[in-house]
Amino acid sequence: MTPGLLTDRHRYWLLILPALAVMIIFYIWPLVNILGISVTEPEPGLGNYALLAESRPIQTSFIITFRVAAITTVFCLVLGYIVSYAIYNASKRGVGLMVALVLLPFWISVLIRSFSWIVLLGRSGLVNDALMGMGLIDRPLRLMHNEFGVLIAMVHVMLPFAVLPIMANMKGIDRSFVNAARGLGASEWTAFWQVYFPQTKPGVLSAALLVFVLSLGFYITPALLGGGRVLMISEYITYQIQEFLKWGTGTMLSVTLLVATGVVILAAARFVNLRRAFLERG
Amino acid sequence: MHNRSFFRIFMQTGAWLILAFLLLPMLVVIPVSLTDKSYISLPQDGLSMQHYTNYFTSAEWLWATGTSLFIGVGVALCATVLGTAFAIGCWFLSDRMSTIARWILITPILVPPVVQSLGFYRFWVQLGLIDTYTGVILAHTLLALPYVSISVFAALANLDRRIPQAARSLGASVWTTVISVVVPAAKPGMMAGAIFAFIVSFDEIVGVLFITVRNVQTLPKMIWQGIQDNIDPTIAAVATVLTVITLVLMAVGALRKS
Repeated sequence: MTPGLLTDRHRYWLLILPALAVMIIFYIWPLVNILGISVTEPEPGLGNYALLAESRPIQTSFIITFRVAAITTVFCLVLGYIVSYAIYNASKRGVGLMVALVLLPFWISVLIRSFSWIVLLGRSGLVNDALMGMGLIDRPLRLMHNEFGVLIAMVHVMLPFAVLPIMANMKGIDRSFVNAARGLGASEWTAFWQVYFPQTKPGVLSAALLVFVLSLGFYITPALLGGGRVLMISEYITYQIQEFLKWGTGTMLSVTLLVATGVVILAAARFVNLRRAFLERG
Repeated sequence: MHNRSFFRIFMQTGAWLILAFLLLPMLVVIPVSLTDKSYISLPQDGLSMQHYTNYFTSAEWLWATGTSLFIGVGVALCATVLGTAFAIGCWFLSDRMSTIARWILITPILVPPVVQSLGFYRFWVQLGLIDTYTGVILAHTLLALPYVSISVFAALANLDRRIPQAARSLGASVWTTVISVVVPAAKPGMMAGAIFAFIVSFDEIVGVLFITVRNVQTLPKMIWQGIQDNIDPTIAAVATVLTVITLVLMAVGALRKS
């Protein structure tokens, strides 16, 4: 170890340190504090965590959270796969436009996109207005303030997150295997299902992980379209804090949600290249 | 042959339908913003600009817009400087420790917004940062850092390691090498990172709901409160303005690329 080498390494660390220190002090430390609050308020001990076994509303909220996240993920994967496939394989015209349309929602805030769905699905929203105007229904349908409304808006918001990893994966796939299978007499469907699809699995799995993890902790869309009737865990936490000032319960649920998210990611590590999925995504 | 074309047609038609599902709901705010009624509806007896007048003459809405722009620019600056230095340091080291540092820096992508906001709230109370511009810029900078560091690091993947080595062996110091060799190579990533950082901040709502009260009013907060209290078409006008600006900027970006 020459002194010169050592000082260079130190200089590189000097570049890293400001951002890292800010992140640890102002982000990681407050999260650790949340853990601390969950075992000290209102009194020291694991009393808050006992609620996980005792409280029916909390259990229901977790079930709703996982169910909504799972359904959202499945829909996003199927729809995202079709779009990606068309972009890289089926379409000859309009590929640039397709990619632009996939990316566009990223630039428009989730809040505004959720507002659009309220405008569409509300009691006197555009869909109900149109259906009543055509005489198809007499009374407005309940299209939001239920799980249906939350799901349709969640799929809308999450879909681009599913398309990007799948597209990135398909970009690197060589069509010659599929062409070979076709040349050997496989039907288009067989060639797709047995030759092409297995090659796209890594992209599908990263997309699944990304969408599921983001959906688990999602707040804005469920809160706006659920109308307090589809209490996913993030909204449940804000109720505990803002309405009841129950910091113990709120932080306990936060820690539980964080641990659940961590478990999902670690479980997925067996199937998904986490570096690719998170650290190196473009 | 019939089967083949069916599969293709299915995929292609499906894709366009899905893209319509992505795009069309975002466009409904446009006709609604032009309604002549004072509630959410399509225009009935004619088009009206009253909701745009409402937005552009409301001191509250304009102030909130200015606040969001100001905070967004501040966040873009802070996050780009910190994140670029970070990514360059990690790129030089490229060892186990620096990879761990990179994982630490992207945690805000994985932590649920409500959870991190509780953390912000409690710590910001201790620091006296609640309801201050500094507090919001700091929180948003943390949320934007992952995007800046990822995009700068990605830009550096194309930089040949022998080039900075050559600069060093010709006698340039570490700092000179960073400024005159590495930063120019990182520039596309820095630009993308700065834009991401601005948008992360400009759109952020959950954190702001927790760490601000009355003093700091951002645009998303005004929209959120508008949706909660009484949904009036002014929100649709604001949404339309933002959507149109986004579309124009995207078109300009696409034209400049081609």
